[in-house]
Amino acid sequence: MTDKYRPRPTPTGAAEAGQSPAHPDIVRIARQFIEAIPFSNDVGMRLEQIGDGFAQISMPYSEKLVGDPATGVIHGGAVSALMDTCGGAAVMAHPDGAAATATLDLRIDYMRAARPGQRIMATAECYHVARSVAFMRAVARDEEEGTPVATATGAFTFERKGARAP
Amino acid sequence: MSGRPKPEPVQVVKERRDRALKRLVEGVPYSQFLGISFDRRGDELTGVLRFSDHLIGNPQVPAIHGGVTASFLEVTALIGLSWSWLWDEMENGRLADDTVELPRLPKTIDFTVDYLRSGLPRDAYARARVNRRGRRYASVHVEAWQDHRDRLFAAATGHFLMPDTA
Repeated sequence: MTDKYRPRPTPTGAAEAGQSPAHPDIVRIARQFIEAIPFSNDVGMRLEQIGDGFAQISMPYSEKLVGDPATGVIHGGAVSALMDTCGGAAVMAHPDGAAATATLDLRIDYMRAARPGQRIMATAECYHVARSVAFMRAVARDEEEGTPVATATGAFTFERKGARAP
Repeated sequence: MSGRPKPEPVQVVKERRDRALKRLVEGVPYSQFLGISFDRRGDELTGVLRFSDHLIGNPQVPAIHGGVTASFLEVTALIGLSWSWLWDEMENGRLADDTVELPRLPKTIDFTVDYLRSGLPRDAYARARVNRRGRRYASVHVEAWQDHRDRLFAAATGHFLMPDTA
């Protein structure tokens, strides 16, 4: 099944979603890193996969994330938080980069309400890096097929491996 | 020109406005979880994000999680937009009784965040400006700062779908 919303692979094909799983040690270190982020840990974010310029992070449904009690739908801001974390992880996982980044800008398009009770899975790909900027796109899905909950694009700061700090 | 009603006592007006704001804000579990409240001066609202350790995104710096910042801006934009509508309803006497059900919150179509500085581990403030509010769509700009009003640490623009009102 083709999926028009899926992040496309980078020109090198290195970040083909889920096709090149990282070494188990890298996954473990990255998982510990994400879980050491107090806010991400507090909302139960879990690293699912990481690869070259690629990351997948999920977040369980929870009452405290609800934006509209009438429907039980989680707040858009919670989806933004997941996208931001996942985008940052994809940038940090880029093979040319040092393991540090900050978000410059993040745009989220909300396509539909997330289904109450369902886990949200974000998939992010760092599809281009310049000397000091990384470009990222991401998609967030609940457990339903078809139209995703949201898509995102963002620019992040990027430091090349071994480059001297300016 | 005769029979102009006597102005209501200031306390009655204030209480009505504060009650309406409280109902609007306390209906959102996610903003309670983040620790967001709103100060009111006339129709002007200021969102307050009370700092707490669970909001940290980078324990090394330490800095507020980018997703928390995005969420704070989005909550402030949504409440600001709803409040501008509610204010008009209230002032026109269409919402005199506070047992009247509030309309649903607007839905976010898209939201773009500019991260200007890292969020320091202290309280943050935000104000929204409704640039346009039509029957169907609205455009809202929101700015957030910490110690200095003119040194923004984040800003955002979002588009919203207004709830159906009879």
